[in-house]
Amino acid sequence: MREKILRWESILLLLVVAVFAWGWQSTPGFAEADNLSFLLLDYTEVALLALALLPIILTGQIDLSVASILGFCSALTGVLWNAGMAFETIVPLVLLAGAVLGSLNAALIVRFGLPALAVTIGTLGLYRGLAYIVLGDGAVTGFPDSYRPFATDTVAGSFLPYATLLVLVVAALAAVVVHHTPIGRSLYAIGLGEQTARFSGIRVDRLKFTLYIVSGVLCAIASLVYTLRYNSARADNAYGMELIAVAAVLLGGVSIFGGRGTVVGVGSALLLMAGLRNVLFLNDVTNEIQNVINGLLLIISVLVPVVAGLLRRRRHPVAAAATEQPPQQTLPDPVAASTAHGSPEEDQR
Amino acid sequence: MNRLQSLLSGRELSIVGALVAVVAVTTVVNPSFLNAQGVHDLFLNASIIALLAIGQTLLVITRNIDLSVGSVMGLTAYLSGQLFIADQETPTVLVMLAGVALGAACGAFNGALVAIAKVPALVVTLGTLYVFRGIDYGWASATGVHQINAAQMSPDFLAFGSGSILGIPHLSLIALVALVIAGYALHNWRSGRDLYAIGSNPDAARLAGIPAGRRVFTAFVVSGALVGLAGVLHASYFGTINASVGTGKELAVVAAVVVGGVAIFGGSGTVLGAVLGALLLTTITSALPILGVPAFWQRAVDGAALLLAISLDRAVQLRLAERLRKERSVRRA
Repeated sequence: MREKILRWESILLLLVVAVFAWGWQSTPGFAEADNLSFLLLDYTEVALLALALLPIILTGQIDLSVASILGFCSALTGVLWNAGMAFETIVPLVLLAGAVLGSLNAALIVRFGLPALAVTIGTLGLYRGLAYIVLGDGAVTGFPDSYRPFATDTVAGSFLPYATLLVLVVAALAAVVVHHTPIGRSLYAIGLGEQTARFSGIRVDRLKFTLYIVSGVLCAIASLVYTLRYNSARADNAYGMELIAVAAVLLGGVSIFGGRGTVVGVGSALLLMAGLRNVLFLNDVTNEIQNVINGLLLIISVLVPVVAGLLRRRRHPVAAAATEQPPQQTLPDPVAASTAHGSPEEDQR
Repeated sequence: MNRLQSLLSGRELSIVGALVAVVAVTTVVNPSFLNAQGVHDLFLNASIIALLAIGQTLLVITRNIDLSVGSVMGLTAYLSGQLFIADQETPTVLVMLAGVALGAACGAFNGALVAIAKVPALVVTLGTLYVFRGIDYGWASATGVHQINAAQMSPDFLAFGSGSILGIPHLSLIALVALVIAGYALHNWRSGRDLYAIGSNPDAARLAGIPAGRRVFTAFVVSGALVGLAGVLHASYFGTINASVGTGKELAVVAAVVVGGVAIFGGSGTVLGAVLGALLLTTITSALPILGVPAFWQRAVDGAALLLAISLDRAVQLRLAERLRKERSVRRA
């Protein structure tokens, strides 16, 4: 019971409430509808990238090329728009481009058996480079007013932006798939032990391949939102955003080694980061200091469970040793694996 | 001769081959690529990234990674500028020591989180990439010094950055010394061999009595010191510093190391390979404009080179496994 209350997701939700209460109390203008819309809109793309990363990290893999796919798709949107193509034609082409870039990652990682970290550091450079190659270092602006409201406006009579609605739909889909379908269970199984998952009949390769394609498509969707929101297609759009997305996923309690994490956790982490960013922004804290805070949040989010695990072992050496992973397990680090995060199994009980 | 052969075995030899090919093609297009000045510039440009690659190799061999190198380098470059603003006659040696010390401190911070708190290096250095860069920018905006120019630095310092001994740039000499020391230590010292053992199998290394945590921590400190030095050398070579020095360098460094044959999951690779990888990528970057390719292809080339290198490694590995299997079945038959 105590474990349940102390779950990482609960702590995060409390922190979210604390940040919003702090903003409401201390910062004039924070609670106004316009500002809340801005707060949510500002994290649309990060949220989409984080939701793309979540299932991949659950399987113990990584995709560092997400922001570069976004950048390439944005540049492509600009080029096609400049070429006089109708926006209705551009959208499917950009989504296709995202799927293609995602499947190149997948082909190298799954078919060729290369480490995901090395591959996606490589494609991080390659895709960003391709973005510059197709668009150069200029910007394409002047996207039609008929489409921009999708990325800038709110649902009539509320503070909820359409783009956030899109994020909520994607998050809901992710939650259903990850937590309530056999596919979701397979993700955790792969993350906890790929060999075992393979031997228990899970089609590991096909699933991993699909994840990278889905990730590419989500990045393409994020690129459309980004391009329309800023009314600017540039090759350096969302430069470095992969770090914020990874930070959100890990802060959300997802283990970097796979097999542990929830959609609710990642959602809370996104809200926390968005709220904190907004309050700091309204209080004239510079972007650079915010980056320091993001970095520290990332480190602390991984440090807290490790320290908690150490403390628990000191207090109850026998009990902790019993729950600890045996060293034969293929998990990269037994210490980090026995963290304070709620395990997915607890949800089912 | 035999020693030289073993020194340039396998991967190193194929990089040298690729290097010769790139240089040959570029020289055919534009003969001035290979004149004294061109070669001089090439080595100068490769030296800084080579220093970073040497440090990164130490970490990658132990199955760790440092993504914060660009930020640490930016921080120490900015530090050297600030030292000259405080006193324009600051001795060059003092600036270097300060840069090395700050770099080592950043490395110690990363290393402590990785080795003592057991947080994965990827996450730690992703976080400190932000933190160190943020400190850099914060320092610049707090002091209001956004750019430091050559006129504000001591002439000695600038002369060191562009100077050379017997035609070899100072920067390249420093990189060479670092290469020889790191190469010798990795090859001959017990602590150097320990790094490979830790990277091959962390659990086995610990069971074999290797102080894995201490070794990894030391690797981070040494790597940080090298990165710190690289930042100071960047300042003395380019003579202009702002808070964004070194942004995005992590890609180039990791690409150089991986192209140089250091396995991303640890346990194998040499500093010589990593330095040759850095030299190859720098050469390609310098060759691009001469071959009529716009400079912003560089990022794509770095990424593509990394992918090509790991793909080739994998292909060789698969063929080797295939051959071993055949040999075994022949022996059995």
